[in-house]
Amino acid sequence: MSSRIWSIDLEKADELFNALAAGQRLYLPIEQAGQVQFKEYDPADSKQKVRLDALNTVRSAKDLFFPQSENMAAFKREGKKIEIIDNRERVSPFAIFGVRACDARSFEILDRVFLSEPVDVSYADRRENGTVITLACNEPEETCFCEAFGIDAAEPGGDISAWIADGKIWWQPITARGEALTEALADVLTNAEPDDEKLVMQKKQIREIIAQLPLHELSLESFQPERLKEIFDSPKWQELSEACIGCGTCTFVCPTCQCYDIRDYDTGNGVQRYRCWDSCMYSDFVMMAHGNPRTSQVERFRQRFMHKLVYYPANNEGVYSCVGCGRCLAKCPSSMNIVKVAKAIGGEANV
Amino acid sequence: MQTNNRPVKEIAQEIFAENQAERILGWKRGEFFYDNSPAVFSAADELQEFVYDAFCGSNLSKFLVKEAAKEGRIAVLLKPCDRYSFNQLVKEHRIDKENVLPIEIDCDGMVDIDKVRALGIKGIKSISADGDQLTIETVYGQKNCSKEDVLLLKCQTCKDRTGGDRFALVREIEEMSSVERYEFWRSELSKCIRCNACRNVCPACTCEKCVFDNDKSGIANKANSDSFEESLYHMIRAFHVAGRCTDCGECSRVCPQGIPLHLINRKVIKDLNEFYGEYQAGADDSSVGPLTSYELDDVEPDIVMNRGGGR
Repeated sequence: MSSRIWSIDLEKADELFNALAAGQRLYLPIEQAGQVQFKEYDPADSKQKVRLDALNTVRSAKDLFFPQSENMAAFKREGKKIEIIDNRERVSPFAIFGVRACDARSFEILDRVFLSEPVDVSYADRRENGTVITLACNEPEETCFCEAFGIDAAEPGGDISAWIADGKIWWQPITARGEALTEALADVLTNAEPDDEKLVMQKKQIREIIAQLPLHELSLESFQPERLKEIFDSPKWQELSEACIGCGTCTFVCPTCQCYDIRDYDTGNGVQRYRCWDSCMYSDFVMMAHGNPRTSQVERFRQRFMHKLVYYPANNEGVYSCVGCGRCLAKCPSSMNIVKVAKAIGGEANV
Repeated sequence: MQTNNRPVKEIAQEIFAENQAERILGWKRGEFFYDNSPAVFSAADELQEFVYDAFCGSNLSKFLVKEAAKEGRIAVLLKPCDRYSFNQLVKEHRIDKENVLPIEIDCDGMVDIDKVRALGIKGIKSISADGDQLTIETVYGQKNCSKEDVLLLKCQTCKDRTGGDRFALVREIEEMSSVERYEFWRSELSKCIRCNACRNVCPACTCEKCVFDNDKSGIANKANSDSFEESLYHMIRAFHVAGRCTDCGECSRVCPQGIPLHLINRKVIKDLNEFYGEYQAGADDSSVGPLTSYELDDVEPDIVMNRGGGR
């Protein structure tokens, strides 16, 4: 990690954003009809409401690297010839500011899937072109449990880490890409001390708040790959799944859900092949020629949590496929979520 | 909360004690104080986790489509607004009434924790009520707000309480120019992530295979091709539930993007009331609705043109 650090007055945040947006597309947490999303920042649009105070965007930062839907190829038929047109989106460099520590960790989880052989070229292209600027969480919510995954909300990571403290945005490049971007901002950023008292205090304060949160002591230790069969067969899945309405809210707001479907759309004179997010909660998920291997909601429900807490860690050196962002806790129509599941199934005596 | 001066939990205990039903559909206490989940209780000792308080906004009627089809009688707790959905489902033969023991419970308005959060209140630990005043303990200190301000949308214009004009916002949108109206809905509907929560929670949406999930329908789609395409999905849904929607407000309650979906349904209800006379879907479980009956003096389709609009 670079020991160099910069700052800019919070009041001058616009100057920072405009300078960033001059060099590449910039995505910020921006309010749209009452909800905050990562949206492209337009320096000319004075009506945009940038919300650096919003903790979680409704959709996670994953969208910028793994969009909800994207074209893969188009097929056009003329006579006996079929023309294949590559109409995948070509990504130009972009930066995303305001990514929280949990979402920043989610990229590492997605990387293990999409950047393993065979590499997912669209995802890789976006990762190559995207600079992630994180922002420490001054006011974590009661639904936050990133700590359970060893995430430190006071050191949010990314290519560049940022903090808001003492009326300033503090800026620390972490990677070479972050260093390069910082050099282009020499005119707007001011040199600062990494051990400045105000910044050190802010980090301390964040950690103190995290230690007070209700899910502070959540433990996932009982979810071990060797207990796969035992957890899979737990009778608790039945009652836990009763509240599930089979919608895709949890999967679509989740920063680590990575499943997608590939579909062909009949355009009238050809085919547009696209891929889009899929949800294991949906009835046609993993539909095959013979039918669907999971015919009930309890099986679909179980799949989501087994994937996050057992299958993924079994294939990835024990890394869970959850970052504790708390979006599913806040958004599930039935208030059923991974924390309730972990507590009900995870307790040794309960399984 | 109480019903007939008795705690609802006591009523639930009595159901098991007197063998009135084999199962009870109610709410189970959550991880926090506000995240109660719908739950099926099968024995008296399971009722330890039973809860009925200001955070039981979910409408349990829809769960009966699945639960009432199972073996054994099931008791269901219905808030006054949920009763409409229950009646409508019985009317549509989606619930076997004989297998259900409906228990009507009182409600004095359900709190929307998202509205509390929208006031900028974070790190919520507990809420206590003194009349309309709520005191909220948070990680960041004590906060206050009025209960009326943080009620669920559906509770702010409750069918069974006085006050609250449920068509006020619909009229506001009607008054907009067509350009303003388009912009309003584009801004709202382009937030849609197509999670299907509105459809899956809707007591009027009980098709066994939704046309949007059916690969063979030709219109099955999991993704939008542009940021406004979702409007098609929501419009088709509104038309499909027209005349059957009881205005239970679950669609707006569950939308992760806070889209005021209930306004689309209310527009349809308002038009139906104007065209065919006042009608409340689910007010009873047997009458024929305005769109499923024919009268000689029914309005002609040209009413759409004749009444103006579309500025």
